[in-house]
Parts: sequence; C-alpha cells; structure tokens
Amino acid sequence: MKSTIDNSSPTPRKGIRRYWSSFRQFFAQTPLLGWLFGLLLASILENLIGYSLARTIGLSKPPVLFGVDIALKTPHLLPSSLLYDLVIYIIPIVLVVRFLTPLANRLAAGLLRSPMWLSALVHMALLYATLYLWTNVNDYRALVSKLMMVSIIITLSLNVVNGYMGEFSCSHPGFIALGAYIASLVTVGLFVGGDFGFILLPKFLAPFVFPVALILGGAVAALGALLVAFPSFRTRGDYLAIISLAFMFIVKSLFENLEPLGGARGFGNQPNLATLPVVFIWTMLSIWIINNFVQSTMGKALNAVRDNELAADAMTVDTRKTKMVTFLFAAFWAGVAGGLFAHVIRYVNPGTFGLQKLAEVLAMVYFGGLNSVIGSIVGAVGYNLLSEMLRPLELLKWIIIPLLLILVMIFRPTGLIAFREFDLRKILQPKVSPKIEEVENVPPAS
Amino acid sequence: MSLLQVNQMTHYFGGLRAVYNYNLSINPGEIHGLIGPNGAGKTTIFNLITGIYTPSEGDILLDGKSIKGMRPHVIAASGLARTFQNLRLWRHMTVLEHVKLARYSKITYGLSGAFFNTPKRVKEEDDITQKSMELLDIAGIAHLADTVVTNLPYGAQRRVELARAMAIEPKVLFLDEPTAGMNPEEMIQMMEIIRQVKEQFNLAIFLIEHRMRLVMELSDRVQTLVFGEVVAEGLPEEVRNNPLVIDAYLGKEVET
Repeated sequence: MKSTIDNSSPTPRKGIRRYWSSFRQFFAQTPLLGWLFGLLLASILENLIGYSLARTIGLSKPPVLFGVDIALKTPHLLPSSLLYDLVIYIIPIVLVVRFLTPLANRLAAGLLRSPMWLSALVHMALLYATLYLWTNVNDYRALVSKLMMVSIIITLSLNVVNGYMGEFSCSHPGFIALGAYIASLVTVGLFVGGDFGFILLPKFLAPFVFPVALILGGAVAALGALLVAFPSFRTRGDYLAIISLAFMFIVKSLFENLEPLGGARGFGNQPNLATLPVVFIWTMLSIWIINNFVQSTMGKALNAVRDNELAADAMTVDTRKTKMVTFLFAAFWAGVAGGLFAHVIRYVNPGTFGLQKLAEVLAMVYFGGLNSVIGSIVGAVGYNLLSEMLRPLELLKWIIIPLLLILVMIFRPTGLIAFREFDLRKILQPKVSPKIEEVENVPPAS
Repeated sequence: MSLLQVNQMTHYFGGLRAVYNYNLSINPGEIHGLIGPNGAGKTTIFNLITGIYTPSEGDILLDGKSIKGMRPHVIAASGLARTFQNLRLWRHMTVLEHVKLARYSKITYGLSGAFFNTPKRVKEEDDITQKSMELLDIAGIAHLADTVVTNLPYGAQRRVELARAMAIEPKVLFLDEPTAGMNPEEMIQMMEIIRQVKEQFNLAIFLIEHRMRLVMELSDRVQTLVFGEVVAEGLPEEVRNNPLVIDAYLGKEVET
C-alpha cells in the first residue's frame, strides 16, 4: 500500500500528531536569541512578581525548581505550582516566541554578519543575565546552577577521554579531588590561614589569585594523570580502566590519611570565591577550549585512535603522544572543575571523591552522549536537574534515575545526543520559517 | 641507490620463518608488483617495511637512510604511505576528515592552535581542507566529502583509503590489494586512478594484488613470493611464464 507509506496521504492526520507538528512548526522558527529573550523576560517577571504571586496562590515561596520538588513533597500543591509555572514561565515565553520571533530572526541575522565572537558574546551575556536573575530569587537555585556548571566541565573533560578517544578512564574523581585540595590549599593558605601558617595576603587580591589556584589544581591533576598514562598507554585494552580505578582509590585514601588536610573529616573554610560569574566564565572557557580542541585536525586524531589505531599510526598520527596529551588535558579540566567545586561547596572531604562520584560522572557522559560537546552539556544539566528535582523522593530517586539511564542505553546506546558536532554558527543562526504546513496540505497528484 | 631499498630482510614470528632473505628496490615512477598465494607473507612484508613489525635481520633504506626500527608514524611521515587490505577507515569520521587527518604530521599550529583557535590555525586548517579537496577530486569522491565513511559503498571506501594515503604526500605508496572486492568496472577505474597519481606525483608504487590482470598491466617489475621467499622476479611476462610461479599458483603435477 502506497498510502500508508506516503506522508501526504489524503486521510488527514488525526489527534496528537497533528497538534505536535503544528506545535513544532510554531517553535521551529525561533532562533536561540528568541528563546533567550523569552527566558530573560520570564526571569525578570519572576523577580518582580514571583513572591507575591506565590503567596497569592498558596505557596510559601516561589518553587525552587519549577515546582517539581513541591509537587513531590506535598502533592496537594501541584495545581498551584503548575499555575505558577504557567504564569511565570510558559505564558511569557510563548508570548515572546509568538510576537518577537521575526525581530529575533532579524537580530540574529544581523549578528551573524558581525564576527562570530561578538555574536557568541551577546548570546552568552543574555544567558548570563537570565541565569543571574533566575538564581537571584533563591540561594538554593544559585547553588544548583553552580554545581551544574561544574558538572558540565567535568562531563566534557571525561567525554574527551571516554567518548572522543574511546578509552575507558575511571580516575576522574581522583583528578577532581587533586584539583579541589590543591586549589583550596592555595586560597585557604593565602587568605584564611587557620591551621596553615602561610603568609596572609590582603583579601582584595583573592579574586585574582583564584584563577592561579585553579590552574595550579589543574596542573597537579595533570601531573597525576601522567602517572596513570605512563604505564597504561603502552598497550591498548582494559589496562587504563584498571589502573585509573586504582589511581582513584589511591588519591582518595591519600587524602583520608593526610591529617594536616583534615583527613577523613574533610577540609573547609574555603573563601567564597566561586561566585556565579566566576563559575560561568570558567564553564564557557572550558566549553570553548575543549570544543576547539576536538574540532581541530589534531583533535580528530582522537577519533582516529579510537576507531582504528593502526590506521592512525600509518597516517602519521603520533598515537602515543595524542593519547598522553589528551589524557593530561582532560585531567587538567577535571582539576579546574575540582577547584571550583571545592569553592562552591566551601568544604571538601575525601569521601566525596569515591565510587559514587565516578558513577555520577560516567552517567552524565553516557546519558548525554559520547563524542559530543552538546551531549555533555545536556547530560550534565539533565542529570543535575533531575537529581535535584527528584530529591524529595529520597530512596526512590536512586531507582528512577538508574532506570532512566537503562532506558537511554536501550534506545540510544551512545547517549541522547551522540556524535554531533558543536556548530556555533548553526546554533546561533536565524531560523527562516519553513512553511511545512502549506506543503503538507497540498493533495497528492494521484 | 634507489628510493626504497630493502636488503636481505628476514623475519621470524617465534620459530616460524615468515620472510626470508627478501630484497627490494623501487625508484620513483615505478610500479613494483608483489604476488603470491595466500599466506605467502605479502602483507607481512608490508608490515615490516612500514614499521608495524621490526625485521629480525636485514635493513630497510628510504632515500638512503635506514628506517628500520622506527615507529610507524615516523616512517609514514618520512614519505611512506600505505593502504590496507581489509579497509581500516575511521568509522565515525567523514571522508574529508579522513584525508585531512593524514596531514597530521605537517600541522604546525601546535597545541596553542588546537586549544585557542588562533588565526594561524584557521589559515592552516583552510589550506589543509583545500589540498584535501584536490585529492578527493583526483580520487573522484569530492561530492562525498561530508559523508560518514560507513555510509559509503565498498568501492568508494577503497578510494577514500587511497586519497587518505596520498594526503601524506608520500614518495612511496604501498597498495595492499587496492581492488579487492571490486567489480570489473570499479577495478578499471581504480587502475586509472593509480596510473594517474603515479604520473602526477612521480610516485614509487609497491603493489600487492591477487588479480593477475591488474598486476600484469600495471607493474614494471613483479616478484612472486612463496612461503616467505621470492621464487621469481622480473618483467611481468617473464614472471607469468615462469614454471615456478605456475607451480605455486596451480600446484605441481603429481607423477604417479
């Protein structure tokens, strides 16, 4: 039967599918700029009327994460939180998308003619403004957002090794721990003092020293990576997985037994240096640099090593150097993320950097998608949001999240958005209306 | 002194003598064929010269310099490119990316360029892309540049391998059964491409092939390898009519 295959068969498509296609068409014309406008408006609105609206409809304060947490804790408040989402988020965004799309398309087209970095900066500024306003409402949101961004860095850096290069590394928690402790040591030692008899510098220098501390943490993590890389990259196979797992445990027990650093009790009092803009800038920087790397011909060598190492060698690729550099690079970013993490939480403890952390990081990488920058961002954001939203479920959360992961593995074995290039131009470009509906409504020639 | 010279190369896998007393010399613009029954050690000779194995005895000279014992990517970068008998493509990469990557050793922008997208890198990547597209044009697959290789038909995949090897800008090109699995029409096209690149780049080509017709038509000299030893060497006609070669391929008549 031809008509069953043909999409434009005379029998009209019914129900959900029809609505879905017009729904998609409605949104498909909006460029990223339009969405950012909508999100910005929503967060401005929330800052203005969020509290009063929440009180009026019977909530004690604005829902932290879109009301999911409230609805799970106290189901009878579900209608109120839905109403809140509708008024604060959905209606403003839909309105902006409906009325500002042509303007956003024109602006995006104009920006695309200017240098790419300018266009990217404008988008990032809008994103930051939205994030700032959204987290302004609630401190918990700020914490979640910062941890989410740290997760993005960690996920991306692990994806470089496990996804792009196709080796299986388990040592990331170790690198994060190294970065966290080293960066904390520098900042606490120089600006807080306490048990450490360092020189105390004036406080106003702290924001300038912080990047140095982070980079130092990253460098030490990379040094640790060198220890793993030397024995394990001489041959291929499972050696890296085993050696890196051992490394993770060694680092963990090192910090557990290092009494001057608090031992198993942990190490606190980090100064409040990982503010929202700082974390945001580091996250954007890491995305930019990692994306640059994996898109260069030098970065493509990682894929060649993964897909066929012998051929890579025969095509002049120095495979051993490639593997080493990549592993150190990934460890560096994990270390930086660790430093940020320590200063977001303002307390570190060796127990954080164990198997559970490893499982979490691996889950984010494989959930989001291998070999894909976008996938890693989606994986980190998705996993963190989900994990925070489902927190009221307590034990059930650890059943639902693994279940979701299993489903992803069954239906998309390489992750949600795998093997896709992060094409900035494509993401930022204006979307011209495709006029799908009109084409579909034309009756077939037969 | 010829461009590529192999002197009395012998190799053992444990107690097994895979290649014995093998000699070779190829000059630019020459096609040298290597034939022999399955398991004779043809691909082993390729692997020995390209550095995947290091020969137990003997020496290999490229341009007068010994390349014995060097790592494969160093040998490749010094001008010795190869294709593989069983295609060894990178399954998640596009055709253009394959060819671009083969210029890895010529990249000068370094890690700073890789991390920060410097103007130098942008320019160099553009140059590489342009050169790669020229090679794809020669191989007749320019229109497939952005296709992921696993989506290509077999014949096109063989062409990708050839274009990729050419991107190294080799002096010597090793072709390991370049027409395996191709139909006659594709085979003729491939022969044309091989001839063309030889002329255009003044290459020395070392060719392993099973199809007699291809070897006889293309090669200037042919060696026949049986159990790791060369039993016949010379012009294609001489080798074709050599009784030892016929024996090796068809078997001896058993006298009863």
